[in-house]
Amino acid sequence: MCGIAGIIHRKKGGDVGTEMTSMLRALKHRGPDSTGFALYGEPAEGEYVMRYKIAEQEELSSGFHIHKELEERKALVDERLRGLGVEILSEEAVTEYAYRCRIKFDGDMRKMADFIEDVDGVEILSIGEGLELVKDLGDADVVSDQYSLNGFAGTHGLGHTRMATESDVDIRSAHPYWAYPFKDVSVVHNGQLTNYWNFRRQLEHRGHRFVSNCDSELIAVYLADKMDQGKDLEESMTDSLSELDGAFTYLVATTDKLGMAKDTMAAKPMVIYESDDMVVLASEEVAIRSIFPHEVDTFDPYEGEVRVWER
Amino acid sequence: MGTLNDEQHKSYDMGMHTEQLSGRTMQKFFSLDEDGGRFTQPYTHDVDFDKKADLDIKDMEASEVNTKIRELMAEGYGHIVIKNPLAKHSICVGILNRLKVDIEGSLGYFGCGLIDGPNVRITGRVGWSCAENMMSGTVVIEKNAGSTFGAAIRGGDLVCKGDVGSRTGIDQKGGNIIVGGSTGAFSGFMMQRGRMVILGNAGINLGDSMYDGTIYVGGDVESYGVDAVPGEMTDMDAKWLEDKLNLYGMKAPNGISKMKKIVAGKQLWNYDNLEPTEKKIIL
Repeated sequence: MCGIAGIIHRKKGGDVGTEMTSMLRALKHRGPDSTGFALYGEPAEGEYVMRYKIAEQEELSSGFHIHKELEERKALVDERLRGLGVEILSEEAVTEYAYRCRIKFDGDMRKMADFIEDVDGVEILSIGEGLELVKDLGDADVVSDQYSLNGFAGTHGLGHTRMATESDVDIRSAHPYWAYPFKDVSVVHNGQLTNYWNFRRQLEHRGHRFVSNCDSELIAVYLADKMDQGKDLEESMTDSLSELDGAFTYLVATTDKLGMAKDTMAAKPMVIYESDDMVVLASEEVAIRSIFPHEVDTFDPYEGEVRVWER
Repeated sequence: MGTLNDEQHKSYDMGMHTEQLSGRTMQKFFSLDEDGGRFTQPYTHDVDFDKKADLDIKDMEASEVNTKIRELMAEGYGHIVIKNPLAKHSICVGILNRLKVDIEGSLGYFGCGLIDGPNVRITGRVGWSCAENMMSGTVVIEKNAGSTFGAAIRGGDLVCKGDVGSRTGIDQKGGNIIVGGSTGAFSGFMMQRGRMVILGNAGINLGDSMYDGTIYVGGDVESYGVDAVPGEMTDMDAKWLEDKLNLYGMKAPNGISKMKKIVAGKQLWNYDNLEPTEKKIIL
């Protein structure tokens, strides 16, 4: 059992960081192992925001040598970024192992991501014009405070509280997942995919990389692959209902869209609130109500439904 | 058309009639005289329906709310108005008493589960598994409901005036589930007794593996489940539907005469078959 949530402001933006923190706090009972945010701010012309980590949180307790090792990893990442012609406009060390930087880059995104992730222990969490993906161990308040997400002004976002069932409790297995290497595409998922390994092998043969053994990562890579083949978001999501086996409900966000898909057995919950100004979705209504002081009308999507909302 | 006497009408109105497993679904009415004692069990409270209490649960945990309801009943309150439910889970669970409850807002999961006797009205929406294992009484929801609505209910009327999710009335063992809108997949899955009324459309596999009971659908059925077959609509069915829908101020969009009746085909029944060891004894 995990908790997932999504929000999109259709007209003007809002404090999506605080809103998502509130929703994920209300969903803590669905999964206290880790919490993740994919928040979309206003894009800056010609710039990307890259979030990446150079270690798992647990590595920090592996001995005194680790601090030196992290410095070496970070230096190697910087060297490779410079070597690829990436212009770093600003950089911020959020924790000893997590970084946020604004960059300019007009080269091959996949090549850049692969080269950086080739450094031992390094994982790019997201690259996007608006997307900023943050995930770590702990509940919503812990992660939100650690990464200063309250007050994050943006247009839309996804969130996830994880109860680890089939993979480890670590950052690489936490949600959301960036749909590598497509900028600004992220996914959160509640459920289990039963054809994970078969599909993973197929996608690996097509050149995609996986950083975890978490079945949710497959959805992000799957959608990325579909879109790479020319399908749009809604078509890709519709295909997933017949091609991915299991019980699942997932949310996906792009630069200007928020989508939801529910498997044909409808075994995983989702509640939707929709108005002219915003759409809010969550595994439980209690999360939606955490950001509204008044009663709101909500509904459950049915089995096999795909819905996409646009800003 | 069968005629209902006064006692049977009362039985209908209270949602306390059911069926018995004997061939095709048959009506079975409770005797109100026999049943009169069910609400004066030693553990129930003698409440006054004119004695009303407001309960703001904004800052209360579910267990605190349910305990408080019991305390109010013990003090003789027969009418409780719950304010600010904020879609919390497990509210109004395990009430084994006659009681009038008005919930001003929405409930989360497992609301009104395991109840026996109260009359609950909810102005908002309910989450998954509302009124699971309900034994008697009424629960009326003005807006939508989540999945597994009325799972394994045994009696009473469970009414949602909006749309309901998947697996509505899964394992229903009695009572009535009435849906003003549409339901999702696998509604009536493994239904055993009771009635389900869907005024809108029904999703795939309606009545899958149902043993008995009756489902009425006012709209379209996306597909029937295994062993769910069309039944013949009788005057008795029509009268029951008319009375029951009137009771809750609801109407079949295309009229009761256009509604479909679905029953168990009973081709999968093995109840009358002897176990292999029993067959050997007979042979």
